[in-house]
Amino acid sequence: MLEVSEIPGFYSPVLSQNPYQPQPARIVRIYKMVPDNHLFTLRFVDDALAMSFSYRPGQFLMLSVPGAGEAPISISSSPSRPGVLELCVRRTGRVTNALYRLKTNDVVGIRGPYGNGFPVEELLGNDLLFAAGGLGMAPLRSLVWYALDNREKFNNIVLMYGAKTPADMLFREELVSLVDRTDMTCLLTVDSDPGGVWKNHVGLLPTMFDHATLDPARTYAAVCGPPVVYKYILERLLRLNFSKNRILMSLERRMKCGVGKCGHCSVGYKYTCLHGPIFTYWDAVNLPEMI
Amino acid sequence: MKILKLPKEKLDFFASVVQQFGEVHAPVEQDGQYVFKRLNRWSEARLDYNRTILPPKKYFLPPRETMFRYRPEVGYQPETEGLDKRLVLFGVHGCDIFALNILDQVFAGQYPDPYYQARRKNIAVIGVRCDPDEHCFCRSMRADFVDHGFDLFFYEVGDYYLTLVGTARGDDMALATGPLFEPVTQADIDLYKRRSWAKREAFKLDIEIRHLSEIVEMEYHSGIWDELGERCLSCGACSMVCPTCYCFDVTDDVELGSVAGRRTRTWDSCLFSTHALVAGGHNFRDSRASRIKFRYYHKQRGFVAEYGRPSCVGCGRCIAACPVHIDITEVINQLRGLLDARSQ
Repeated sequence: MLEVSEIPGFYSPVLSQNPYQPQPARIVRIYKMVPDNHLFTLRFVDDALAMSFSYRPGQFLMLSVPGAGEAPISISSSPSRPGVLELCVRRTGRVTNALYRLKTNDVVGIRGPYGNGFPVEELLGNDLLFAAGGLGMAPLRSLVWYALDNREKFNNIVLMYGAKTPADMLFREELVSLVDRTDMTCLLTVDSDPGGVWKNHVGLLPTMFDHATLDPARTYAAVCGPPVVYKYILERLLRLNFSKNRILMSLERRMKCGVGKCGHCSVGYKYTCLHGPIFTYWDAVNLPEMI
Repeated sequence: MKILKLPKEKLDFFASVVQQFGEVHAPVEQDGQYVFKRLNRWSEARLDYNRTILPPKKYFLPPRETMFRYRPEVGYQPETEGLDKRLVLFGVHGCDIFALNILDQVFAGQYPDPYYQARRKNIAVIGVRCDPDEHCFCRSMRADFVDHGFDLFFYEVGDYYLTLVGTARGDDMALATGPLFEPVTQADIDLYKRRSWAKREAFKLDIEIRHLSEIVEMEYHSGIWDELGERCLSCGACSMVCPTCYCFDVTDDVELGSVAGRRTRTWDSCLFSTHALVAGGHNFRDSRASRIKFRYYHKQRGFVAEYGRPSCVGCGRCIAACPVHIDITEVINQLRGLLDARSQ
């Protein structure tokens, strides 16, 4: 790497303050959670950066896989557990396919964190409802663990998560271990249970509302999932009289820069990378094409 | 602002002096159209041009730009080649400088883009006044006058160029010519005001942009977009020639037979079918109608929310470039209900 001092002063920001500069990070663990949905644990090669890197639940990173390119990935770990970053990555595009070819100890590039993240300060002292379907657990997990690690700062916590089958459930073991906790309600459901060993609920995600007591006036709902989840969960929440400002959603868009320049993630008059990816349902009502 | 004047016959000499501030690029005639390119000799410059095919943004946000080089042992190294090159863009129109000022805002903000910033710093801009032709509507877009974003700006007034000095570098350029520039008189100013008024009256195109962002919002479900989608080829020509379109794509390439590579950004367009396509195959704007609507929505509504004004400057390039003759001024008049869409 060239030293900044070797370069004439006028373009040193390209070297010293380049928002597009990926930092090397090592893959320290690959956990084959669900086929084509592995959990990659990364640690910055630079030890000081690994320990100082801070982020908010709900923010995302730009992940570089050398030769393949860069893609936005939400952070699934919680800032309450610093040192490593966990990314739940679905094998689906060029960059993620290249990532799946890498092995533990290989080096990738990371820059970020980007986006607004969840409004944690606003959530403090409130009830939290997490409602996720399918892969929607990946961006919500950060806030789940942030809230559980800071349990005294939040009131009631309800988590409802639905997957097609137990084998499709992300973070299954750790979520199953939450079911027995008495300081929260963890409702796990599957559409069907082909193996016949599932001890939790069988049924569609919205039916979990029958098992939870919610106080819409003091609850923030964090919702993430495929379009069908938004459709039925939002309908349910509105029927319960949730304020549109208390429904938070994490959105996905094509992104090439993460810093509000490349134009791809624009929805209506907002950039998903700067003003999102966490939007309220009121934002969604106002912004065309959002969901 | 420091204002001087330059006798018209001294412009050639000024141009020769200005070379010491960088490689001089100016509008040059090419197959009946104009392009900004490096001058071989000053006589090639055509300061009476109507518009260049590509706007000067190509110098600040090149159509293709290497951002990083990658090698496994050193990781991603920022590319600095060319960023320190000093150029003088001679003969930039007011609307194009206005557009650069808009790009300045986009490439600043919370995450300043250092590539753009370096080029903007190292490329001098000398503006010249112009006369509107049949595609110009910069007056309607309030972009027919700039008060910053240039080093010098020349207004042809009688036998002189009234010269606005915009920067210290512009002042150095004027001073480098020795006693070439003269102080302005009240008579020059009066003449300038008359010329300026005459230009105001010379526009053939005029559209009303007041409340346009609300109208675009209200007409979001209008059939106008479907009709435009039927005509639009999604070729992206309007984006490429637009002085304020800045969308870019980023790709990694590996050198053949090597593990080294580069990360490049290239101009992109929201009219391309992949613009809102995400991994897994979902496309948030999969119809041509939704994409052309997005382009109008972003320029006339989205940009207003973000930066306080539309990003269109009325240069007329998209009107001239569209292969199916989609005319932004007609679209806006249709949206305002001033023109029957079906009669087009």
